[in-house]
Amino acid sequence: MTEPALQTGPAPIEDLQPPSSMPLPLDGWHRAQGARMVPFAGYAMPIHYPEGIIAEHEWTRHHAGLFDVSHMGQLTVSGSGAAEALEALLPADLHALKAGRMRYSLLLDDEGGILDDLIVTRGGDEDGALFALVVNGATKDDDIAHLRSRLPKGIELIHREDQALLALQGPAAAGVLEQVFPGIGAEIGFMQATSRRLGQVDVGIGRSGYTGEDGFELSVPAAHAEMLAEQLAAHPEVKPIGLGARDSLRLEAGLPLYGHDLGLDTDPVSAGLAFAISKKRREAGGFPGAARIARLLEEGAPERLVGLALEGRMAAREGSSVMMGDTIVGRVTSGGFSPTLGHPIAMAYVEAAHAEQGTQLAAQVRGKLLPARVVPLPFVPHRYHRKGGV
Amino acid sequence: MARYFTQEHEWIDVEGDTATIGITDYAQAQLGDLVFIEVPEAGSTLAKGKEAAVVESVKAASDVYSPVSGTVTEGNAALVEDPSVVNSDAEGAGWFYKLTIADPAEIEGLMDESAYKEFVAGLD
Repeated sequence: MTEPALQTGPAPIEDLQPPSSMPLPLDGWHRAQGARMVPFAGYAMPIHYPEGIIAEHEWTRHHAGLFDVSHMGQLTVSGSGAAEALEALLPADLHALKAGRMRYSLLLDDEGGILDDLIVTRGGDEDGALFALVVNGATKDDDIAHLRSRLPKGIELIHREDQALLALQGPAAAGVLEQVFPGIGAEIGFMQATSRRLGQVDVGIGRSGYTGEDGFELSVPAAHAEMLAEQLAAHPEVKPIGLGARDSLRLEAGLPLYGHDLGLDTDPVSAGLAFAISKKRREAGGFPGAARIARLLEEGAPERLVGLALEGRMAAREGSSVMMGDTIVGRVTSGGFSPTLGHPIAMAYVEAAHAEQGTQLAAQVRGKLLPARVVPLPFVPHRYHRKGGV
Repeated sequence: MARYFTQEHEWIDVEGDTATIGITDYAQAQLGDLVFIEVPEAGSTLAKGKEAAVVESVKAASDVYSPVSGTVTEGNAALVEDPSVVNSDAEGAGWFYKLTIADPAEIEGLMDESAYKEFVAGLD
C-alpha cells in the first residue's frame, strides 16, 4: 500500500522537530519500545526505534518486522449491489473476486487520474456482498467523501476507526504467525484473507504487505492491538519496524507511494499498474476514465514509471529532474538509499522514448548530474508466498 | 578552546582564528542513519548562515549551514567514505570541516553548551 510524505528534499535540520498530532492505539507501546515519533498523515507515528532505519530494514528482509499501520483507512462497503456500485468507481473485476480473495485496485477520477490506491478484500461469506477496503491514511477522508458522494443509496459505507492494523512482514513472518494462529500459513497464500479468533477477539488476516516480503496484515479491535503486538513482538524473530524502513522496503520492492509516485496527474498505465485493470473491465469499460485509459493501453503512455539505479551514495529524491544530455526527460517521484543493494535507487516518470531498460540517463541533484540507469522494477525481487496459482 | 552551538544544531570549536564545525549528537539522532555526506572543499569561502554541507539519512537530505563566515582549510574526507562516523561520534571524529574565521564577532551570540542543552530540552 502507500503512504504520504516522509520528508524529502533538502531541508534545514530544525524542520525535523515533530509538531503535535493525534495518537494511534499503539502510541504508548511504541514509546515504550523507544520509538522516535513523528507526525505522519495527521498521526504521531514511529519513524524508527533505537536500532535505526537500516538495521530495521535489514531485519525485515532477513527475519520479521512488526509494523503499525493503524493510520490507514479501513472501510467496509456492503449491501445488495455492492460489487456493481464499487465497480463503477474502480477498475477491478469484483464480480469474479471470490470470498477471501484480495485485489490491488485504484480509485479513479473521471479522467482516469488516481485518487488513491487500495486493497479490496471480498468478505468471507460467499453470498454476502461485503467488501473491505484498506486505503491510505493521508487520503482516507477524501476517499470516504468521494465514496459517499458516488455510492448509491442502500450501499452502506463504514469507516472502521475502531480497528487497528498491524503488519508482520519478512521471511520469518509465516513461522511466527503460525504459533499464534496454527495452520494460517497453509490456509492462505498471497492476496488471500481469512479471519481467526484470538481468545475472544476477532482478527482479520490478509497475506499481503508493502515490503515485497511474504507477510500478513492483521486487523484487530483497537482495544486489543497492544495485546496482539505484545504477543507477536515477544517472538525472538520479531522486531518493531518504523515508517522509515517501511519506505525504504517498499521502494526496493518497486511499490508506488500515493502522493509521490501516484496522484491525480498520473494514470494506471503510465504508473505501470495496468495489471490492476482486469481483462474483462478493459473490454467492458464502465469505470471512471475508461475511455482515456483504453486509449493509453492502445497507444502506449507518453511517459512511464521506471526504476533508476544510481552510482555512488548521493540519492536522487522526489523532484529531481531526469536528464538525457541537456534535456529534461523525466522527474524522480521517490528515491533514496537502498540498504539491500548498497546504492541509491529511485522511481521516476520518464518519456517513453527513454524508458527502455538499460538506458543511461542522469538525475540532477543540487546542480550535479548523477549517472542513473533504467532498471527493471522491483529493484529487489518479491518473495511472496503464492498458493494454488493465485 | 571554546565550543559553541547553533539553533540549527551545529557545533563549532574555536581556537584562535580556526574553527572546527560539525553537527550535534542531537542532530544525528534526529536524522537517523546517515548514508551520504558532502563536505566543503578546502579553499572554498563560506558565508554565515549559508549552505556549507549536505547530510543525507535514509529518510531525508538536510543542509548544514555554516555558523560563521570564513575560508575552508579542510573538509573531513573520512565522512565521505563512511558517513556513519557521524552517527557514532558526531561531536568528535564526525567533524565536517575546518575554516579560518573571517569575522570573530560572528562567534558572539552563539550558545555555549549549557545554553544549547537547555535549547534542546525545550524542543522535546
